[in-house]
Amino acid sequence: MASSVRLRVEGVHHAYSDLIVLDAISLTAEAGEVLVLVGPSGCGKSTLLGIFGGMLAATSGTVRMDGAVGPDCLNPLTYVFQDFALLPWRSVAGNVSLALEGTRLDKPARNARIAEVLALTGLTKFRDALPKQLSGGMRQRVGIARALAVRPAVLLMDEPLSALDGQTRDLLLDEFASLIARSGVTAIYVTHNLNEAVRLGHQVAVLSRRPGRVREIVRIDRSIMERRPTDPDLVALEASLWRLIREDAAAADREMDHA
Amino acid sequence: MLDAVGRLVPFRARGFAPRDVPWASVATLVGVVLLWQAGASAGLVSTKFLPAPAQIVRALIDLGISGELWLNLSISLQRLAIGWVVGTVAGLALGFAVGLFTLARSPGMAIVSALFPIPKIALVPLFIIWFGIGEGSKVITLAFGVFFPTVINTMAGVDGVSRGLIRMGQSFGLSRAAIICKIVLPGALPAILSGFRITTSTAIILLVAAEMIGAEKGIGAFVLSAGNLYDTDNLLAGIVVLSLLGLAVSWVLGRIERALLSWR
Ligand SMILES: Nc1ncnc2c1ncn2[C@@H]1O[C@H](COP(=O)(O)OP(=O)(O)O)[C@@H](O)[C@H]1O
Ligand SMILES: [Mg+2]
Repeated sequence: MASSVRLRVEGVHHAYSDLIVLDAISLTAEAGEVLVLVGPSGCGKSTLLGIFGGMLAATSGTVRMDGAVGPDCLNPLTYVFQDFALLPWRSVAGNVSLALEGTRLDKPARNARIAEVLALTGLTKFRDALPKQLSGGMRQRVGIARALAVRPAVLLMDEPLSALDGQTRDLLLDEFASLIARSGVTAIYVTHNLNEAVRLGHQVAVLSRRPGRVREIVRIDRSIMERRPTDPDLVALEASLWRLIREDAAAADREMDHA
Repeated sequence: MLDAVGRLVPFRARGFAPRDVPWASVATLVGVVLLWQAGASAGLVSTKFLPAPAQIVRALIDLGISGELWLNLSISLQRLAIGWVVGTVAGLALGFAVGLFTLARSPGMAIVSALFPIPKIALVPLFIIWFGIGEGSKVITLAFGVFFPTVINTMAGVDGVSRGLIRMGQSFGLSRAAIICKIVLPGALPAILSGFRITTSTAIILLVAAEMIGAEKGIGAFVLSAGNLYDTDNLLAGIVVLSLLGLAVSWVLGRIERALLSWR
């Protein structure tokens, strides 16, 4: 069942003390679509994602959510983290369970939910394993399982694949694409990888280097399930996105980091 | 000119990799005791000043049979347990408060930093004046000594919990209490438990000191009075008991660590 929730930031500015990071950002994650944020490192993508999900108070501007949240949604705005953010002392099932404890689900319902998302992410055999026993790819599968378990209205993902090696990333990208497409969840996906952007995004918002502004929004209307890594138009689109941010990326790379 | 055979490349990464040899540790300890015993039997060391191992064992057995050992030991253990638990509970409470709340942080740390450097033994006479020569002054001395390192370790443990994990908990809508119980507490546990190693040994030192300054009973008092009587057999027997106590405590802590921190 597709999410009917859309999430919108309007006129967002953000500064860390005197470092201006985001400037006049207005973007909408449309219901049931994936909004991808790309831009050179340090341009404020993570900051913007934090603002979208209420984890960071913007210096100015508003975030609004509209549309009906599904009846079995336990946490409307749910994150998947770049570094997985798993509790090392809890098993795979325990980490998923954390998101469900203290909610209105009783124990049998929780266990059913856990079993369901572990099956969905291919983790059933690993339910009792500790995070340290898992590869990076498996850990991020736990991260996505935990997020799906709460039936989010909006899934917010901050470079979820960038801690993984190239092959694992390709495998997981396919899985993510199909999980997102099938669940129909509204999603915001931050990446600096343009291949991920064109595989997942219905909208790809290109941010300029810091202070981040929206330089361009590219729409890709083909359904995610129908996209192939070798599709010529996607490859061409990736190349044109790269031309767009190449100079910015090079300039950002030469910049001193204030943080 | 290329040499078809070439020179052999020698291995250069030798050493800097010490290994544990378990039997060597046992052999060393047994060897030292045997040498000591042999030296005493041969009359090379005066047993008046340093009794032979066999004499110490005999003294221990006699103390065990007469019941004197158990009496003193049980009194010491009681003081140790009460003092350590009181200091630890108070220290954990302040440590968590300082680690979690701005309101507690600066005031709490100001007090801890000001009082931590005081050598706790120097306070025993004051505590005797305040709380009397009885159990109160001893328990307070121990609790006081245990309290400060516990606060500092607990705070460091809480500070060391990944902010990312805490933000994750918040992003899933966990309550404050759930975040403290399910993320902060387990995350701080390794530091807290390693603090227990410091505080238990501090507590044993303070126990002996407090018992030497003002107590009739207890292993510390026993060691002191044996010394006053030039009774080196019993004196060393008391020291052996204290060492075994330290070993036992550290063994128990090791078991607890293994049980609670098996995820590491
Ligand atoms: N908590 C913070 N305090 C101060 N500066 C920060 C903080 N977080 C990020 N920054 C700075 O803000 C800029 C944008 O950061 P971020 O949103 O993480 O960028 P991105 O995710 O696009 O790489 C960077 O220059 C970073 O150094
Ligand atoms: Mg980032």
